[in-house]
Amino acid sequence: MRVKDHPVLSFPEREEITFTYQGKEVTARQGETIAAALHNHGVLELSKSGDKLRPRGLFCSIGKCSSCLMTVDGVPNVRTCITLAQEGMVVEKQEGFPDLPREAEPLEPSSTETRETDVLVIGGGPAGLKASLTAADAGGDVTLVDENPFLGGQLIKQTHKFFGSSDLDAGTRGIAIGDDLVGAVKAHENIEEMTGTSAVGVYKEAVGLYKNMEKFVKLNPGKLIVATGATEKMIPFPNNDLPGVYGAGGIQTLMNVHGVKPGKSAVIVGAGNVGLIVTYQLLQAGVDVQAVVEVAPEIGGYFVHAAKIRRFGVPILTCHTVLEVVGEERVEGVRIGEIDENSELLQESTQYLDVGIVGLSVGLSPSYKLLAHAGCELQLNPVLGGYVPIRDQRMRTTRDDVYVAGDASGIEEATSAMLEGTIAGADAAIELGVGGGREEEKIDDCLNKLKDLRAGPYYRELRKSIQGVEIG
Amino acid sequence: MDNETVDRENWKARGYLTSEEVDHPPREVLKGGAVAVIECPQRIPCDPCSESCPVGAIDMENVNSLPKVDYGKCTGCGICVENCPGLAIFTLDCSGQDTCQITLPYEFPLPEAGEEVEGLNRKGEAVSNVTVTRVKPKDRSVGDTSTVTVAVPEESVHDIRNIRRKE
Repeated sequence: MRVKDHPVLSFPEREEITFTYQGKEVTARQGETIAAALHNHGVLELSKSGDKLRPRGLFCSIGKCSSCLMTVDGVPNVRTCITLAQEGMVVEKQEGFPDLPREAEPLEPSSTETRETDVLVIGGGPAGLKASLTAADAGGDVTLVDENPFLGGQLIKQTHKFFGSSDLDAGTRGIAIGDDLVGAVKAHENIEEMTGTSAVGVYKEAVGLYKNMEKFVKLNPGKLIVATGATEKMIPFPNNDLPGVYGAGGIQTLMNVHGVKPGKSAVIVGAGNVGLIVTYQLLQAGVDVQAVVEVAPEIGGYFVHAAKIRRFGVPILTCHTVLEVVGEERVEGVRIGEIDENSELLQESTQYLDVGIVGLSVGLSPSYKLLAHAGCELQLNPVLGGYVPIRDQRMRTTRDDVYVAGDASGIEEATSAMLEGTIAGADAAIELGVGGGREEEKIDDCLNKLKDLRAGPYYRELRKSIQGVEIG
Repeated sequence: MDNETVDRENWKARGYLTSEEVDHPPREVLKGGAVAVIECPQRIPCDPCSESCPVGAIDMENVNSLPKVDYGKCTGCGICVENCPGLAIFTLDCSGQDTCQITLPYEFPLPEAGEEVEGLNRKGEAVSNVTVTRVKPKDRSVGDTSTVTVAVPEESVHDIRNIRRKE
């Protein structure tokens, strides 16, 4: 099912390609992921789980959750949400734990490469793009790595206009900000872009990069900037693993990046900004959202985002929770209910909603694993979303050659991610001796802007939490 | 399916303002021509309305302040409506004989001028049928947001904040 007549986005016709799924030919648009193409054809179940053979479908859509693993051209456990469909590909559903491929050849020594770079940036979202541009503008050689097939991180699906101050792109849609930044990165002669590349480990002498499953690069950077973003959280309820239960961001990827309508009707869980924004975007894509369910007594996201969906009649049910998803092979409906002050269910309040989509927007947790691997000191900080690295104001972690920026340092907005990325990129350049007074000015400017952004009452808890993980 | 009965009732729980919670421009101001009404009760970091106003009619001390319209200065040009990232600004104009004009941000498939649509309140409930008098698509907008102007009865000028096209 394709999105039609979108009020903000246009999905130009692209060349069609054909691949096989379970022996049958299916079509995909050029530049579309395998999972999105299958979803468009109504294939929600991508595999059966390892031990209990439970149906598995798309969840995060950005390569982080492993819910979309399939066997592609004989290689098992391929993340089909970040792997582009290609002409003639053979895609197979996995039933339980897959066998290792029998005919696979090990990587040739010639496909392993060792080299150096001034700055390695891992993650091509708002923080990583800004970090790369800033370090490259200072004169540093930058390598920018992302495991997705395209740069832009989550900006590429943010169709709403950003908040913040007018000198920080406020009023501009996230997709437009992403286009500008990606365009600047691609045009920059000091930046080498490596998409489809996973950073698999931070070792003493190098960072291991695995490119498109065909090449292994040992890259030894002067400075490493980790801007790996975040991953969506899951909450427990029966059948939370069925196809049709998505991370809210996964729904955005499907409909705003690939133009695939995720279904006909939805319930969104969580009334933070992500949940409210995705609800509005679902309405724009022509999906009926029956309710936003929020366990807290108040709406967590910005009031104005809530008002936008309320005036289309979407109820925001505070003090409500998901009791269970109903369905065998996929989501057929969801039971919700109201809770009292003691979190006890009010039995008479339960209701069944007949929907095919349950979108979870119950928070994000920083993708900290490479930082852990690098030996950076971490702290568990619930307000920031989970484990975050201890760092100073200039985003230096406890390892002096490793920086962090964006959601990987604690869950915040794209605007703050861009400021942190600029700070990290500028400081890395200064430390490497390629940056100078201009970079110092940039850092001061960004630090002031970050302070202003976080100054309001809405961010009181966040301010305190950031102070708790900052040193120096 | 409404949470009207929750006793922790406030706009943070409801997700919409009641008409009483909105700072309405005085009737004589509306009779004099279009002015902006900002329905933004929460101190979040955001200032495009104030920054984009060509006559300096929206005062904000800092990026986290609540915007306030100076009706002595506001010309009702609607630039803030198109610029507000939260789609929280509307212009109201009751200078006409029988009806008022409401301009609202609208990011859905656009109606046509002359089309009869349902006027919805802040909860998405139908108030009355209203007529579209003007449509400004986003490519002609200064803020990348399309707007729709509807003629509404004066008694619903403070209630209607959205439209729904008829099937």
